[in-house]
Amino acid sequence: MTLEFWVTQTFNGLSYGALLFLLASGLSLIFGVMRVVNLAHGSYFMLGGYVGLSVIWRTGSYVLALVAGALALAVVGIAMERMFLRRLAGQTLGQVLMTIGFALIFQDLALLIWGGDPYSIRPPSLLAGVVTAGPGRFPIYRIFIIVIAVAVGAALWLLLDRTRIGAMIRAAVDDPEMAQGVGIRVPRVSLGVFALGAALAAFGGVVGAGFLGVYPGLDFEILPYAFVVVIVGGLGSLPGAMVGSLLVGLLDNFGKALFPELSYFTLFAPMALILALKPTGLFGRA
Amino acid sequence: MLELADVHTYYGESHVLQGVSLGVRRSEVVAILGRNGAGKTTLIRSVIGFSPPRRGAIRFKDADITRWPPYRAVERGMGLVPQGRRVFPSLSVVENLVVARRDGGRFTLARVLELFPRLAERAKSRAGRLSGGEQQMLAIGRALMGNPDLLLMDEPTEGLAPLIVREVGRIVAELKREGLSILLVEQNLPLALSVADTVHVLSRGQIVHSSAPAALMANEAVKSRYLGV
Ligand SMILES: Nc1ncnc2c1ncn2[C@@H]1O[C@H](COP(=O)(O)OP(=O)(O)O)[C@@H](O)[C@H]1O
Ligand SMILES: [Mg+2]
Repeated sequence: MTLEFWVTQTFNGLSYGALLFLLASGLSLIFGVMRVVNLAHGSYFMLGGYVGLSVIWRTGSYVLALVAGALALAVVGIAMERMFLRRLAGQTLGQVLMTIGFALIFQDLALLIWGGDPYSIRPPSLLAGVVTAGPGRFPIYRIFIIVIAVAVGAALWLLLDRTRIGAMIRAAVDDPEMAQGVGIRVPRVSLGVFALGAALAAFGGVVGAGFLGVYPGLDFEILPYAFVVVIVGGLGSLPGAMVGSLLVGLLDNFGKALFPELSYFTLFAPMALILALKPTGLFGRA
Repeated sequence: MLELADVHTYYGESHVLQGVSLGVRRSEVVAILGRNGAGKTTLIRSVIGFSPPRRGAIRFKDADITRWPPYRAVERGMGLVPQGRRVFPSLSVVENLVVARRDGGRFTLARVLELFPRLAERAKSRAGRLSGGEQQMLAIGRALMGNPDLLLMDEPTEGLAPLIVREVGRIVAELKREGLSILLVEQNLPLALSVADTVHVLSRGQIVHSSAPAALMANEAVKSRYLGV
Protein backbone atom coordinates (compact mmCIF):
# COMPACT_ATOMS: atom_id res chain seq x y z
CA MET A 1 0.00 0.00 0.00
CA THR A 2 1.66 3.16 -1.15
CA LEU A 3 0.94 6.66 0.08
CA GLU A 4 -0.51 7.35 -3.34
CA PHE A 5 -3.08 4.61 -2.82
CA TRP A 6 -4.25 6.08 0.48
CA VAL A 7 -4.39 9.63 -0.81
CA THR A 8 -6.26 8.67 -3.97
CA GLN A 9 -8.74 6.41 -2.21
CA THR A 10 -9.40 8.95 0.52
CA PHE A 11 -10.05 11.61 -2.09
CA ASN A 12 -12.30 9.33 -4.10
CA GLY A 13 -14.19 8.41 -0.95
CA LEU A 14 -14.67 12.05 -0.02
CA SER A 15 -15.95 13.00 -3.45
CA TYR A 16 -18.33 10.04 -3.54
CA GLY A 17 -19.49 11.03 -0.06
CA ALA A 18 -20.08 14.57 -1.34
CA LEU A 19 -22.32 13.19 -4.08
CA LEU A 20 -24.16 11.02 -1.57
CA PHE A 21 -24.77 14.09 0.57
CA LEU A 22 -26.65 15.77 -2.29
CA LEU A 23 -28.86 12.69 -2.51
CA ALA A 24 -29.28 11.90 1.17
CA SER A 25 -29.79 15.37 2.66
CA GLY A 26 -33.15 15.63 0.91
CA LEU A 27 -34.18 12.14 1.93
CA SER A 28 -33.35 12.93 5.53
CA LEU A 29 -35.23 16.26 5.48
CA ILE A 30 -38.29 14.64 3.96
CA PHE A 31 -38.28 11.95 6.59
CA GLY A 32 -37.74 14.45 9.39
CA VAL A 33 -40.65 16.67 8.44
CA MET A 34 -43.12 14.22 6.98
CA ARG A 35 -42.11 10.83 8.38
CA VAL A 36 -42.32 9.52 4.83
CA VAL A 37 -39.91 6.75 3.89
CA ASN A 38 -39.50 7.68 0.26
CA LEU A 39 -38.29 4.72 -1.79
CA ALA A 40 -38.61 6.78 -4.97
CA HIS A 41 -35.76 9.02 -3.87
CA GLY A 42 -33.21 7.10 -5.92
CA SER A 43 -35.51 7.56 -8.92
CA TYR A 44 -35.27 11.35 -8.54
CA PHE A 45 -31.49 10.97 -8.74
CA MET A 46 -31.68 8.86 -11.89
CA LEU A 47 -34.39 10.93 -13.58
CA GLY A 48 -32.46 14.11 -12.77
CA GLY A 49 -29.50 12.61 -14.59
CA TYR A 50 -31.63 11.70 -17.61
CA VAL A 51 -33.32 15.10 -17.79
CA GLY A 52 -29.90 16.74 -17.55
CA LEU A 53 -28.68 14.48 -20.34
CA SER A 54 -31.53 15.49 -22.65
CA VAL A 55 -30.96 19.16 -21.92
CA ILE A 56 -27.26 18.79 -22.73
CA TRP A 57 -28.12 17.05 -25.99
CA ARG A 58 -30.46 19.89 -26.93
CA THR A 59 -28.58 22.91 -25.66
CA GLY A 60 -25.05 21.83 -24.80
CA SER A 61 -25.29 23.79 -21.57
CA TYR A 62 -24.17 22.04 -18.39
CA VAL A 63 -25.52 24.77 -16.12
CA LEU A 64 -28.91 24.58 -17.81
CA ALA A 65 -28.84 20.80 -17.34
CA LEU A 66 -28.31 21.21 -13.60
CA VAL A 67 -31.12 23.74 -13.28
CA ALA A 68 -33.56 21.87 -15.50
CA GLY A 69 -32.92 18.53 -13.78
CA ALA A 70 -33.54 20.04 -10.35
CA LEU A 71 -36.65 21.97 -11.42
CA ALA A 72 -38.20 19.08 -13.33
CA LEU A 73 -37.95 16.75 -10.35
CA ALA A 74 -39.16 19.44 -7.95
CA VAL A 75 -42.33 19.48 -10.03
CA VAL A 76 -42.53 15.68 -9.97
CA GLY A 77 -42.03 15.75 -6.18
CA ILE A 78 -44.76 18.37 -5.72
CA ALA A 79 -47.20 16.35 -7.79
CA MET A 80 -46.39 13.14 -5.90
CA GLU A 81 -46.82 14.78 -2.50
CA ARG A 82 -49.95 16.79 -3.27
CA MET A 83 -51.89 14.28 -5.30
CA PHE A 84 -50.90 11.01 -3.68
CA LEU A 85 -48.81 10.93 -0.49
CA ARG A 86 -50.90 13.55 1.32
CA ARG A 87 -53.98 11.39 0.99
CA LEU A 88 -52.20 8.69 2.97
CA ALA A 89 -50.92 10.97 5.75
CA GLY A 90 -50.07 8.94 8.83
CA GLN A 91 -50.34 5.58 7.09
CA THR A 92 -46.72 4.52 6.99
CA LEU A 93 -47.15 1.24 5.17
CA GLY A 94 -49.47 2.68 2.55
CA GLN A 95 -47.02 5.48 1.85
CA VAL A 96 -44.05 3.14 1.55
CA LEU A 97 -45.95 0.94 -0.89
CA MET A 98 -46.97 3.98 -2.88
CA THR A 99 -43.39 5.23 -3.16
CA ILE A 100 -42.25 1.78 -4.31
CA GLY A 101 -44.99 1.89 -6.92
CA PHE A 102 -43.75 5.26 -8.12
CA ALA A 103 -40.16 4.00 -8.21
CA LEU A 104 -41.20 1.12 -10.47
CA ILE A 105 -43.24 3.39 -12.73
CA PHE A 106 -40.31 5.81 -13.01
CA GLN A 107 -38.02 2.92 -13.91
CA ASP A 108 -40.29 1.84 -16.77
CA LEU A 109 -40.81 5.40 -17.94
CA ALA A 110 -37.07 6.02 -18.04
CA LEU A 111 -36.54 2.84 -20.04
CA LEU A 112 -39.27 3.89 -22.45
CA ILE A 113 -37.89 7.40 -22.96
CA TRP A 114 -34.13 6.95 -22.76
CA GLY A 115 -33.73 3.28 -23.65
CA GLY A 116 -31.45 0.70 -22.09
CA ASP A 117 -28.03 2.09 -23.01
CA PRO A 118 -25.78 3.67 -20.42
CA TYR A 119 -24.94 7.32 -20.98
CA SER A 120 -22.68 9.76 -19.32
CA ILE A 121 -22.66 13.54 -19.18
CA ARG A 122 -19.34 14.97 -20.27
CA PRO A 123 -18.41 17.77 -17.89
CA PRO A 124 -17.68 21.16 -19.43
CA SER A 125 -14.05 21.58 -20.45
CA LEU A 126 -13.50 23.94 -17.55
CA LEU A 127 -14.05 20.99 -15.20
CA ALA A 128 -12.15 18.40 -17.23
CA GLY A 129 -8.57 17.55 -16.47
CA VAL A 130 -6.57 16.50 -13.45
CA VAL A 131 -4.63 18.37 -10.80
CA THR A 132 -1.45 16.69 -9.62
CA ALA A 133 -0.22 17.53 -6.14
CA GLY A 134 2.41 15.52 -4.29
CA PRO A 135 1.61 11.84 -4.51
CA GLY A 136 -2.01 12.36 -5.61
CA ARG A 137 -3.81 12.96 -8.87
CA PHE A 138 -7.13 14.75 -8.39
CA PRO A 139 -9.69 14.96 -11.20
CA ILE A 140 -11.04 18.51 -11.27
CA TYR A 141 -14.59 17.21 -11.67
CA ARG A 142 -14.41 15.41 -8.34
CA ILE A 143 -13.02 18.53 -6.68
CA PHE A 144 -15.99 20.38 -8.18
CA ILE A 145 -18.41 17.87 -6.61
CA ILE A 146 -16.87 18.41 -3.19
CA VAL A 147 -17.10 22.18 -3.58
CA ILE A 148 -20.74 21.93 -4.67
CA ALA A 149 -21.65 19.67 -1.77
CA VAL A 150 -19.98 22.00 0.73
CA ALA A 151 -21.86 24.95 -0.78
CA VAL A 152 -25.18 23.10 -0.71
CA GLY A 153 -24.54 21.94 2.86
CA ALA A 154 -23.74 25.49 3.97
CA ALA A 155 -26.84 26.86 2.25
CA LEU A 156 -29.06 24.22 3.82
CA TRP A 157 -27.57 24.89 7.22
CA LEU A 158 -28.17 28.63 6.87
CA LEU A 159 -31.73 28.03 5.72
CA LEU A 160 -32.57 25.63 8.53
CA ASP A 161 -30.67 27.26 11.34
CA ARG A 162 -30.73 30.95 10.63
CA THR A 163 -34.07 31.80 9.05
CA ARG A 164 -37.64 31.98 10.27
CA ILE A 165 -38.69 29.46 7.63
CA GLY A 166 -36.00 27.10 8.89
CA ALA A 167 -37.31 27.47 12.44
CA MET A 168 -40.81 26.69 11.14
CA ILE A 169 -39.51 23.54 9.48
CA ARG A 170 -37.83 22.47 12.72
CA ALA A 171 -40.99 23.27 14.67
CA ALA A 172 -42.92 21.01 12.29
CA VAL A 173 -40.34 18.26 12.92
CA ASP A 174 -40.61 18.68 16.70
CA ASP A 175 -44.42 18.65 16.90
CA PRO A 176 -46.41 18.90 13.64
CA GLU A 177 -49.77 19.22 15.35
CA MET A 178 -48.66 22.01 17.66
CA ALA A 179 -46.92 23.72 14.75
CA GLN A 180 -50.34 24.06 13.12
CA GLY A 181 -51.64 25.26 16.47
CA VAL A 182 -49.34 28.29 16.33
CA GLY A 183 -50.39 29.13 12.79
CA ILE A 184 -47.71 27.38 10.72
CA ARG A 185 -49.13 26.04 7.46
CA VAL A 186 -47.59 22.64 7.91
CA PRO A 187 -48.97 21.15 4.67
CA ARG A 188 -47.25 23.91 2.74
CA VAL A 189 -44.02 23.43 4.68
CA SER A 190 -44.14 19.71 3.89
CA LEU A 191 -44.69 20.39 0.22
CA GLY A 192 -41.76 22.80 0.11
CA VAL A 193 -39.46 20.36 1.86
CA PHE A 194 -40.53 17.55 -0.45
CA ALA A 195 -39.86 19.67 -3.53
CA LEU A 196 -36.49 20.76 -2.16
CA GLY A 197 -35.49 17.17 -1.37
CA ALA A 198 -36.45 15.95 -4.83
CA ALA A 199 -34.63 18.86 -6.46
CA LEU A 200 -31.46 18.18 -4.47
CA ALA A 201 -31.51 14.50 -5.43
CA ALA A 202 -32.00 15.37 -9.10
CA PHE A 203 -29.24 17.97 -8.91
CA GLY A 204 -27.03 15.22 -7.49
CA GLY A 205 -28.12 12.98 -10.35
CA VAL A 206 -26.96 15.47 -12.97
CA VAL A 207 -23.67 16.01 -11.14
CA GLY A 208 -23.28 12.26 -10.64
CA ALA A 209 -23.92 11.56 -14.31
CA GLY A 210 -20.54 13.19 -14.91
CA PHE A 211 -18.69 10.30 -13.30
CA LEU A 212 -21.13 7.48 -12.48
CA GLY A 213 -23.11 7.88 -15.69
CA VAL A 214 -26.86 7.30 -15.99
CA TYR A 215 -28.26 3.90 -16.84
CA PRO A 216 -31.26 1.69 -16.08
CA GLY A 217 -30.98 0.37 -12.55
CA LEU A 218 -29.02 3.35 -11.21
CA ASP A 219 -32.08 4.28 -9.13
CA PHE A 220 -32.18 1.08 -7.11
CA GLU A 221 -28.40 0.85 -7.00
CA ILE A 222 -27.98 4.24 -5.32
CA LEU A 223 -31.03 4.04 -3.03
CA PRO A 224 -29.47 1.74 -0.37
CA TYR A 225 -26.52 4.11 -0.07
CA ALA A 226 -28.86 7.00 0.62
CA PHE A 227 -30.64 4.98 3.28
CA VAL A 228 -27.42 3.85 4.93
CA VAL A 229 -26.28 7.49 5.09
CA VAL A 230 -29.54 8.65 6.63
CA ILE A 231 -29.81 5.77 9.08
CA VAL A 232 -26.19 6.00 10.22
CA GLY A 233 -26.34 9.80 10.50
CA GLY A 234 -29.72 9.89 12.20
CA LEU A 235 -33.09 10.40 10.53
CA GLY A 236 -33.95 14.03 9.97
CA SER A 237 -30.55 15.43 10.98
CA LEU A 238 -28.57 17.60 8.56
CA PRO A 239 -25.21 17.21 10.37
CA GLY A 240 -26.01 13.50 10.48
CA ALA A 241 -26.43 13.44 6.71
CA MET A 242 -23.08 15.23 6.30
CA VAL A 243 -21.10 12.91 8.55
CA GLY A 244 -22.98 9.84 7.33
CA SER A 245 -22.24 10.70 3.69
CA LEU A 246 -18.52 11.04 4.28
CA LEU A 247 -18.41 7.86 6.33
CA VAL A 248 -20.29 5.84 3.72
CA GLY A 249 -18.27 7.35 0.86
CA LEU A 250 -15.00 6.43 2.52
CA LEU A 251 -16.11 2.97 3.67
CA ASP A 252 -17.43 2.12 0.23
CA ASN A 253 -14.27 3.21 -1.51
CA PHE A 254 -11.81 1.54 0.81
CA GLY A 255 -14.02 -1.54 1.02
CA LYS A 256 -14.07 -1.93 -2.74
CA ALA A 257 -10.34 -1.22 -3.08
CA LEU A 258 -9.11 -3.42 -0.24
CA PHE A 259 -11.64 -6.26 -0.11
CA PRO A 260 -13.50 -6.17 -3.41
CA GLU A 261 -15.26 -9.47 -2.74
CA LEU A 262 -16.53 -8.18 0.63
CA SER A 263 -17.58 -4.69 -0.38
CA TYR A 264 -21.16 -4.97 0.89
CA PHE A 265 -19.87 -6.33 4.17
CA THR A 266 -17.48 -3.44 4.68
CA LEU A 267 -20.35 -1.03 4.02
CA PHE A 268 -23.09 -2.64 6.07
CA ALA A 269 -21.14 -4.10 9.00
CA PRO A 270 -20.15 -0.67 10.36
CA MET A 271 -23.74 0.43 9.91
CA ALA A 272 -24.99 -2.50 11.97
CA LEU A 273 -22.36 -1.74 14.61
CA ILE A 274 -23.31 1.94 14.86
CA LEU A 275 -27.00 1.08 15.09
CA ALA A 276 -26.31 -1.52 17.80
CA LEU A 277 -24.44 1.08 19.87
CA LYS A 278 -26.70 4.04 19.03
CA PRO A 279 -30.06 2.98 17.58
CA THR A 280 -31.05 6.52 16.61
CA GLY A 281 -27.92 6.96 14.46
CA LEU A 282 -25.00 9.26 15.19
CA PHE A 283 -26.98 12.51 15.34
CA GLY A 284 -30.52 11.23 15.66
CA ARG A 285 -32.92 11.99 18.44
CA ALA A 286 -35.29 9.44 19.90
CA MET B 1 -66.67 35.69 19.62
CA LEU B 2 -66.85 31.88 19.96
CA GLU B 3 -69.89 29.68 19.88
CA LEU B 4 -70.21 25.91 20.14
CA ALA B 5 -73.54 24.36 19.19
CA ASP B 6 -74.22 20.74 20.09
CA VAL B 7 -70.63 19.59 19.52
CA HIS B 8 -69.97 15.83 19.38
CA THR B 9 -66.35 14.72 19.16
CA TYR B 10 -65.06 11.16 18.82
CA TYR B 11 -61.71 9.41 19.03
CA GLY B 12 -62.35 6.55 16.65
CA GLU B 13 -65.47 4.88 18.06
CA SER B 14 -65.16 6.47 21.47
CA HIS B 15 -67.78 9.23 21.83
CA VAL B 16 -66.10 11.80 24.09
CA LEU B 17 -67.92 15.13 23.73
CA GLN B 18 -71.63 14.42 23.80
CA GLY B 19 -73.40 17.59 22.74
CA VAL B 20 -71.53 20.55 24.21
CA SER B 21 -72.93 24.04 23.64
CA LEU B 22 -71.36 27.18 25.06
CA GLY B 23 -70.28 30.67 24.11
CA VAL B 24 -67.48 33.10 24.85
CA ARG B 25 -68.21 36.80 24.39
CA ARG B 26 -65.76 39.57 23.62
CA SER B 27 -63.50 40.24 26.63
CA GLU B 28 -65.13 37.44 28.57
CA VAL B 29 -63.28 34.75 30.53
CA VAL B 30 -65.07 31.42 30.52
CA ALA B 31 -63.71 28.67 32.74
CA ILE B 32 -64.22 24.95 32.14
CA LEU B 33 -63.96 22.76 35.21
CA GLY B 34 -64.23 19.04 35.64
CA ARG B 35 -62.41 15.92 36.75
CA ASN B 36 -59.65 14.20 34.82
CA GLY B 37 -61.04 12.47 31.78
CA ALA B 38 -64.16 14.67 31.66
CA GLY B 39 -63.34 15.85 28.14
CA LYS B 40 -61.88 19.31 28.80
CA THR B 41 -58.83 18.82 26.60
CA THR B 42 -61.00 17.26 23.91
CA LEU B 43 -63.13 20.40 23.99
CA ILE B 44 -60.05 22.58 23.43
CA ARG B 45 -58.80 20.23 20.68
CA SER B 46 -62.17 20.47 18.94
CA VAL B 47 -62.14 24.27 18.98
CA ILE B 48 -58.61 24.70 17.64
CA GLY B 49 -59.15 21.99 15.01
CA PHE B 50 -56.85 19.20 16.24
CA SER B 51 -59.85 16.90 16.70
CA PRO B 52 -62.72 18.33 14.66
CA PRO B 53 -66.20 17.41 15.87
CA ARG B 54 -68.15 14.80 13.97
CA ARG B 55 -71.43 16.64 14.58
CA GLY B 56 -72.36 20.14 15.66
CA ALA B 57 -70.91 23.50 14.74
CA ILE B 58 -68.22 25.85 15.96
CA ARG B 59 -68.43 29.51 15.00
CA PHE B 60 -65.63 31.98 15.60
CA LYS B 61 -65.80 35.68 14.71
CA ASP B 62 -68.71 35.16 12.33
CA ALA B 63 -67.23 32.21 10.46
CA ASP B 64 -68.11 28.54 10.63
CA ILE B 65 -64.72 27.06 11.51
CA THR B 66 -65.98 23.57 12.39
CA ARG B 67 -63.69 21.73 9.98
CA TRP B 68 -60.98 24.30 9.44
CA PRO B 69 -57.37 23.21 9.82
CA PRO B 70 -55.81 24.61 13.01
CA TYR B 71 -53.57 27.12 11.25
CA ARG B 72 -56.61 28.82 9.71
CA ALA B 73 -58.25 29.19 13.10
CA VAL B 74 -55.02 30.75 14.35
CA GLU B 75 -54.88 33.08 11.37
CA ARG B 76 -58.39 34.21 12.20
CA GLY B 77 -57.36 35.12 15.73
CA MET B 78 -57.23 32.10 18.00
CA GLY B 79 -54.28 31.41 20.29
CA LEU B 80 -53.56 28.09 21.99
CA VAL B 81 -51.75 27.35 25.24
CA PRO B 82 -52.02 23.57 25.19
CA GLN B 83 -52.02 21.11 28.05
CA GLY B 84 -48.47 19.99 28.77
CA ARG B 85 -47.11 23.25 27.26
CA ARG B 86 -45.75 21.63 24.11
CA VAL B 87 -43.03 24.17 23.41
CA PHE B 88 -40.81 23.20 20.46
CA PRO B 89 -37.90 21.64 22.39
CA SER B 90 -35.18 21.94 19.74
CA LEU B 91 -35.94 25.61 19.01
CA SER B 92 -34.53 28.44 21.08
CA VAL B 93 -36.83 30.57 23.21
CA VAL B 94 -36.80 33.38 20.66
CA GLU B 95 -37.40 30.95 17.77
CA ASN B 96 -40.40 29.49 19.61
CA LEU B 97 -41.85 32.99 19.73
CA VAL B 98 -40.89 34.07 16.23
CA VAL B 99 -42.41 31.09 14.42
CA ALA B 100 -45.76 32.05 15.93
CA ARG B 101 -45.51 35.73 15.01
CA ARG B 102 -48.51 37.29 13.32
CA ASP B 103 -48.16 41.01 12.86
CA GLY B 104 -50.82 43.60 13.34
CA GLY B 105 -51.52 43.80 17.04
CA ARG B 106 -50.12 44.90 20.33
CA PHE B 107 -47.93 41.86 20.96
CA THR B 108 -44.48 42.03 19.41
CA LEU B 109 -41.37 40.07 20.33
CA ALA B 110 -40.15 42.99 22.42
CA ARG B 111 -43.47 43.31 24.23
CA VAL B 112 -43.66 39.58 25.03
CA LEU B 113 -40.09 39.53 26.33
CA GLU B 114 -40.96 42.54 28.48
CA LEU B 115 -43.99 40.73 29.83
CA PHE B 116 -41.86 37.66 30.67
CA PRO B 117 -38.42 38.84 31.81
CA ARG B 118 -37.36 35.24 32.49
CA LEU B 119 -37.73 34.50 28.78
CA ALA B 120 -35.60 37.51 27.86
CA GLU B 121 -32.83 36.19 30.12
CA ARG B 122 -32.96 32.79 28.45
CA ALA B 123 -33.59 34.04 24.91
CA LYS B 124 -30.96 31.82 23.27
CA SER B 125 -31.57 28.66 25.33
CA ARG B 126 -33.21 25.65 23.81
CA ALA B 127 -36.79 25.47 24.98
CA GLY B 128 -36.30 21.82 25.96
CA ARG B 129 -33.80 22.95 28.60
CA LEU B 130 -36.17 25.33 30.38
CA SER B 131 -37.84 24.59 33.71
CA GLY B 132 -41.55 23.74 33.74
CA GLY B 133 -42.47 27.25 34.84
CA GLU B 134 -40.35 28.85 32.14
CA GLN B 135 -41.86 26.54 29.52
CA GLN B 136 -45.32 27.61 30.64
CA MET B 137 -44.38 31.28 30.26
CA LEU B 138 -43.02 30.46 26.82
CA ALA B 139 -46.20 28.63 25.82
CA ILE B 140 -48.27 31.65 26.86
CA GLY B 141 -45.90 34.10 25.18
CA ARG B 142 -45.93 32.02 22.01
CA ALA B 143 -49.72 32.13 21.86
CA LEU B 144 -49.67 35.90 22.38
CA MET B 145 -47.22 36.35 19.47
CA GLY B 146 -50.12 35.49 17.17
CA ASN B 147 -52.04 38.50 18.51
CA PRO B 148 -55.14 36.45 19.26
CA ASP B 149 -58.58 37.78 20.08
CA LEU B 150 -59.43 34.52 21.83
CA LEU B 151 -56.99 32.58 23.95
CA LEU B 152 -57.54 28.88 24.66
CA MET B 153 -55.67 27.82 27.81
CA ASP B 154 -55.61 24.18 28.90
CA GLU B 155 -54.50 23.76 32.53
CA PRO B 156 -51.81 26.44 32.46
CA THR B 157 -50.94 25.86 36.15
CA GLU B 158 -50.66 22.06 35.98
CA GLY B 159 -47.57 20.73 37.74
CA LEU B 160 -46.16 24.13 38.67
CA ALA B 161 -44.82 25.36 42.01
CA PRO B 162 -47.22 27.58 44.04
CA LEU B 163 -45.19 30.71 43.37
CA ILE B 164 -45.43 30.18 39.60
CA VAL B 165 -49.10 29.27 39.84
CA ARG B 166 -49.67 32.72 41.31
CA GLU B 167 -47.60 34.28 38.52
CA VAL B 168 -49.74 32.53 35.89
CA GLY B 169 -52.87 33.72 37.69
CA ARG B 170 -51.55 37.27 37.59
CA ILE B 171 -50.87 36.99 33.84
CA VAL B 172 -54.33 35.63 33.07
CA ALA B 173 -55.89 38.50 35.02
CA GLU B 174 -53.69 40.98 33.18
CA LEU B 175 -54.69 39.57 29.78
CA LYS B 176 -58.32 39.77 30.79
CA ARG B 177 -57.83 43.43 31.70
CA GLU B 178 -56.37 43.99 28.25
CA GLY B 179 -59.64 42.80 26.77
CA LEU B 180 -58.74 39.32 25.50
CA SER B 181 -61.44 36.67 25.46
CA ILE B 182 -60.24 33.53 27.23
CA LEU B 183 -61.52 29.97 27.35
CA LEU B 184 -59.73 28.61 30.39
CA VAL B 185 -59.56 24.97 31.43
CA GLU B 186 -58.31 24.78 34.99
CA GLN B 187 -58.24 22.33 37.90
CA ASN B 188 -57.16 25.04 40.29
CA LEU B 189 -60.61 26.05 41.53
CA PRO B 190 -59.72 29.26 43.43
CA LEU B 191 -57.75 30.58 40.47
CA ALA B 192 -60.47 29.75 37.95
CA LEU B 193 -63.23 31.24 40.10
CA SER B 194 -61.28 34.43 40.77
CA VAL B 195 -60.74 35.26 37.11
CA ALA B 196 -63.77 33.82 35.30
CA ASP B 197 -66.99 35.60 34.35
CA THR B 198 -68.78 32.33 33.66
CA VAL B 199 -67.99 28.73 34.64
CA HIS B 200 -69.11 25.47 33.07
CA VAL B 201 -68.64 22.12 34.75
CA LEU B 202 -67.98 19.24 32.38
CA SER B 203 -68.59 15.59 33.23
CA ARG B 204 -68.40 12.66 30.82
CA GLY B 205 -68.45 14.94 27.84
CA GLN B 206 -71.51 16.96 28.87
CA ILE B 207 -71.97 20.28 30.59
CA VAL B 208 -73.67 19.54 33.89
CA HIS B 209 -73.58 22.98 35.48
CA SER B 210 -73.23 26.55 34.24
CA SER B 211 -73.26 29.65 36.40
CA ALA B 212 -71.39 32.69 37.62
CA PRO B 213 -68.38 31.83 39.81
CA ALA B 214 -70.08 32.94 43.01
CA ALA B 215 -73.03 30.63 42.42
CA LEU B 216 -70.74 27.65 41.91
CA MET B 217 -68.78 28.59 45.01
CA ALA B 218 -71.99 28.33 47.01
CA ASN B 219 -73.18 25.11 45.38
CA GLU B 220 -71.72 22.36 47.59
CA ALA B 221 -73.64 19.61 45.76
CA VAL B 222 -72.09 20.32 42.37
CA LYS B 223 -68.67 20.90 43.86
CA SER B 224 -68.55 17.61 45.73
CA ARG B 225 -70.23 15.58 43.01
CA TYR B 226 -68.27 16.80 39.95
CA LEU B 227 -65.16 18.48 41.28
CA GLY B 228 -64.33 16.36 44.33
CA VAL B 229 -64.07 19.29 46.73
N1 LIG C 1 -56.18 10.48 21.67
C1 LIG C 1 -57.15 9.82 22.34
N2 LIG C 1 -57.64 8.65 21.86
C2 LIG C 1 -58.62 7.98 22.52
N3 LIG C 1 -59.20 8.43 23.65
C3 LIG C 1 -58.78 9.59 24.16
C4 LIG C 1 -57.73 10.34 23.54
N4 LIG C 1 -57.51 11.45 24.27
C5 LIG C 1 -58.37 11.39 25.31
N5 LIG C 1 -59.13 10.27 25.26
C6 LIG C 1 -60.19 9.90 26.19
O1 LIG C 1 -61.18 10.89 26.13
C7 LIG C 1 -61.67 11.19 27.42
C8 LIG C 1 -61.53 12.66 27.71
O2 LIG C 1 -60.15 12.99 27.79
P1 LIG C 1 -59.64 14.49 27.92
O3 LIG C 1 -60.39 15.35 26.98
O4 LIG C 1 -58.16 14.46 27.81
O5 LIG C 1 -60.06 14.81 29.42
P2 LIG C 1 -59.59 15.96 30.42
O6 LIG C 1 -58.79 16.95 29.65
O7 LIG C 1 -60.87 16.52 30.95
O8 LIG C 1 -58.80 15.30 31.49
C9 LIG C 1 -60.91 10.29 28.39
O9 LIG C 1 -61.71 9.18 28.67
C10 LIG C 1 -59.69 9.89 27.62
O10 LIG C 1 -59.27 8.61 28.01
MG1 LIG D 1 -56.87 17.60 29.94
